[in-house]
Amino acid sequence: MHNFDFVKPSTIADAVKALSAEGAQALSGGQTLTPTMKQRLAAPATLVSLTGIAEMKGVCMGADGLSIGAATTHATVAKEAAAHYPALAALAGGIGDPAVRNRGTIGGSLANNDPAACYPAGTLGSGATIVTNRRKIAADDYFQGMFTTALEEGEIITGVTFPVPQKAAYVKFNQPASRFALTAVFVAKFADGVRVAVTGASNDGVFRWTEAEKALSANFAASSVAGLTVSPDGMIGDLHGTPAYRANLVKVLTKRAVEAAH
Amino acid sequence: MPKDHGIGASSKRREDVRFLSGRGYYTDDSALAGQTYAVMVRSNVAHGRIKSINTANAAKMPGVLAIFTGEDFKDVGGNPAGWLINSRDGTPMREPKRPVLAHGKVRHVGDAYAAVIAETYNQAKDAAQQLADDSEIEELPAIVDMKKAVADASNRVHDEIPDNLCFDWGWIEDNRAAVNAAFEKAPHITTLELVNNRLVPNAMEPRSSIGEYYPGTGDYKLTTTSQNPHLTRLLVGAFVLGIPENKLTVVAPDVGGGFGSKIYHYGEEAVVLAAAKKLARPVRWTAERTESFLSDAHGRDHVTRIELASTKDGEILAIRTETLANVGAYLSNFSTATPTFLHGTLMAGPYKVPHVYVNVKTVFTNTAPVDAYRGAGRPEATFSLERIIDKMCRELNLDPFEVRRKNLIQPDQFPYTTPVGLVYDTGNYQATLDKLIDLADVAGFDKRAAASKAKGKLRGMGLSTWIEACGIAPSNLVGVLGSRVGLYDAATVRVNATGTISVMTGAHSHGQGHETVFAQVVAEKLGIAESQIEIVHGDTSKIPFGMGSYGSRSLAVCGSAMSKAVDKIIAKGKKIAAHMLEASENDIVFADGKFSVAGTDKAKTFGEIAFSAYVPHNYPLETLEPGLEETAFYDPANFTYPAGAYLCEVEVDPETGKVDIASFTCADDFGNVMNPMIVEGQVHGGVGQGIGQALLENTTYDENGQLLTASYMDYAMPRADDVPFYTVDHSCITPCTHNPLGVKGCGEAGAIGSPPAVVNAVIDALHRGGMTHVKHIDMPVSPSRVWQAING
Ligand SMILES: Cc1cc2nc3c(=O)[nH]c(=O)nc-3n(C[C@H](O)[C@H](O)[C@H](O)COP(=O)(O)OP(=O)(O)OC[C@H]3O[C@@H](n4cnc5c(N)ncnc54)[C@H](O)[C@@H]3O)c2cc1C
Repeated sequence: MHNFDFVKPSTIADAVKALSAEGAQALSGGQTLTPTMKQRLAAPATLVSLTGIAEMKGVCMGADGLSIGAATTHATVAKEAAAHYPALAALAGGIGDPAVRNRGTIGGSLANNDPAACYPAGTLGSGATIVTNRRKIAADDYFQGMFTTALEEGEIITGVTFPVPQKAAYVKFNQPASRFALTAVFVAKFADGVRVAVTGASNDGVFRWTEAEKALSANFAASSVAGLTVSPDGMIGDLHGTPAYRANLVKVLTKRAVEAAH
Repeated sequence: MPKDHGIGASSKRREDVRFLSGRGYYTDDSALAGQTYAVMVRSNVAHGRIKSINTANAAKMPGVLAIFTGEDFKDVGGNPAGWLINSRDGTPMREPKRPVLAHGKVRHVGDAYAAVIAETYNQAKDAAQQLADDSEIEELPAIVDMKKAVADASNRVHDEIPDNLCFDWGWIEDNRAAVNAAFEKAPHITTLELVNNRLVPNAMEPRSSIGEYYPGTGDYKLTTTSQNPHLTRLLVGAFVLGIPENKLTVVAPDVGGGFGSKIYHYGEEAVVLAAAKKLARPVRWTAERTESFLSDAHGRDHVTRIELASTKDGEILAIRTETLANVGAYLSNFSTATPTFLHGTLMAGPYKVPHVYVNVKTVFTNTAPVDAYRGAGRPEATFSLERIIDKMCRELNLDPFEVRRKNLIQPDQFPYTTPVGLVYDTGNYQATLDKLIDLADVAGFDKRAAASKAKGKLRGMGLSTWIEACGIAPSNLVGVLGSRVGLYDAATVRVNATGTISVMTGAHSHGQGHETVFAQVVAEKLGIAESQIEIVHGDTSKIPFGMGSYGSRSLAVCGSAMSKAVDKIIAKGKKIAAHMLEASENDIVFADGKFSVAGTDKAKTFGEIAFSAYVPHNYPLETLEPGLEETAFYDPANFTYPAGAYLCEVEVDPETGKVDIASFTCADDFGNVMNPMIVEGQVHGGVGQGIGQALLENTTYDENGQLLTASYMDYAMPRADDVPFYTVDHSCITPCTHNPLGVKGCGEAGAIGSPPAVVNAVIDALHRGGMTHVKHIDMPVSPSRVWQAING
């Protein structure tokens, strides 16, 4: 690891200011950034910690839905969202291991947008709104491909607001080594329709399986997806599974998520 | 009531107190005055010609003290292979020099070609990066696939070796014709091609070495992660750097796991010693995790075609195998013995097979060296054999339990001479099979399968009856076979004046629990408390010359030496007691920690005798030296032959291909058991590693020789929830007939017997589910492979 400076502001405004300096980078839970720095693949001059900012932390149920501060850890979401949005809490509780969950944050996960990460599926599948220091971004506009988001230079996520569905479930099939999602599916049934978001499968990152959404909106039953096919085109092929294997998982896991939804 | 101390007691592992409370003392824990840091510069191409290494810029960087390249070591010795194997035609193996640092060519990703020493670790890292940037390495086509390596003579890992072959070995060559003849007239022949997947050892503690040099005396000290400090001293001192053994101390303090990978001498050990001398300061190096993946000796990596000739009712008539065994870019110390004498000699298994012929071609490739890893050769033999027997049963529609029972060597046939050069001294393979069938409730399988089916899962069971050869090894025998060292071991038992005991062992404990078990043995033999006994290991300046720990040999070989040394202590104690008790030596009996005159109540305690030996006021000084310390060396008369029967039950999810281990049952014969709890733990660990190999671990090089699985993001190690609660039994005991404790060894068993049980179970589940087109799935039997096989 290269040497760096470290600052820990206590307001969003101070954090934004600190991040405007040359070579500054936001540090949240550090579960992605620190390993990258250790491998000398990233060498920020200054790390601006976001975990000392009270207004970026916590889980709160309001009129627009469930709001989660960007610097809230996976462990906190797993615990505090359970009463309000059990599927999302379960998703957070299935990320990594206890050490990762006690440090890693929702904001860091969404900013990073790893194609095999869990939160992107929960966020897109819920039709959530990403709140930044500058604006609000709909999930449908936010995710723009592997490791790519709508965030601009110097923009930080401050929180996420989730509409709470009638029923939902997240079913994750672990990549055997990393235990990120080899493929995972988030299904959410709202009064006005069903959303299905898939992570881990596509070369374009998290995506909505719109055919399944249509079929499930008509009839929310596992049998509704039985007749659908998923094309392996554009799916990830690697050591752990071919595109065809992942396409199969998309369908199997969607079916299982519908069965598990509550 | 179970015993609470001594032989047979489940004494708690005394070493765990320090390991579990963070008080272990590992190589990297040393903090030395004036210490400096070494960082290796490693090749990022698999195969390349070193055109130039420009050290000028790196040398000028802050804190840089010294830079070494292959040029600096070109005149010292190579790191040798421990066994010289001859090819079928009698020619000796090709043995390219393995340099301290790559010279001329780099031969695998991670091959170190330079080392930078600096005041701090970060300074050394920075300069190593600069040096890499300033090195010109012309990339050559990588040789990765073994079949291509042998076929393409134009591209060579070592320029002087035309076909990338180290040797072409036949075992036993004289039997080849008879075996072929048996196949000619066999009623049934089963054939299987399989891969024994390459594994990365992944010891929890990465390799680490510290070199020190004392200019005043010219002494060197190497602190290093080794399973056998004397062997390392011999290799780095006598063979490579030419440091006389009396001037070099090698210390292996607490070592966090080895599994074979820390048997060997590695170039970094020579670098830190040479650098320490040059700088007259301590030089330390510790591998990062990815360095471990790239540069530790890997395990397995065989591609085998096995054929089995049988009658229609499953009597095995002959076995024939052809194996390509990967040795990687260089010959690691045991790399030539592992695929030959630790593999071919086990190819008859626990069965009465009249004819066996094994052919092994070892191949150089542009990959990390491959060497012994927990089980070493024996898992490869067991996997081939147990998989093909299972396939034969399916082809002939026979019961796998009955077929094995029919072919097992009978209890009254021991000692049994196999057609592949071993003499099994004792065993009762029917007993362990019967025990297994009972413990695993084979009778209840159908009910469990129905329950699985109700959940949408396919249940299957897989059997493996295995044998291994441990306790290596009789020196005169291995000498004939090509070993360049002896394989005895040694122990010194030092009774202190107050009756406490220090035992110095040649065996090294790096997780096994010697400090507990060896003390139990001594306590039992001397009738004293375990707490009186300390086991000292891992420091060549303290211990006698022993060969270390690997091949499940510690108790069988070093424990035997220790037992002999204790016998000498007792014999001397009798002489002292006879004098003190004014009796004839022949009338002294030793029992329960007391020397007494037979038939009388006259006695001296062990403590009194010890005291008298060191305060010899009333002592036969004219005929007996004072002191009470004995050393014994022990050279085994034969291998030991642990054996057992394993049953695995799996549930397969047919939609995703995921395999879950539902249960795993082991019935083992390890001979006499010194500490049942530790034996059980060894089996758990071994089976865990076997499940890892069978389901998860997938070392993959791409066609350019890049290691795709160089971190835990892609290399799947078994975790707690990947393994079941095991049922383990070791009550079927046939004591080893030729060592004093009657022990056979248990360290590798689990890793040897389990992989075929797992894969057999998966194939069984698929067949029961109607997917009879699936004949075999190569390990690791990952979800995607199973799904592919189902849908293929
Ligand atoms: C062993 C292990 C297992 C894991 N398993 C999983 C898993 O199963 N599923 C899963 O989804 N994830 C997994 N992760 C990733 C984990 O969830 C990370 O915590 C997460 O991806 C990043 O969050 P962080 O808070 O640690 O971010 P950091 O590492 O601190 O930051 C990541 C990136 O986001 C930027 N950033 C951070 N916060 C903000 C913000 N508020 N606004 C803008 N940019 C920001 C940083 O500058 C950096 O570029 C795993 C990680 C590890 C180490």
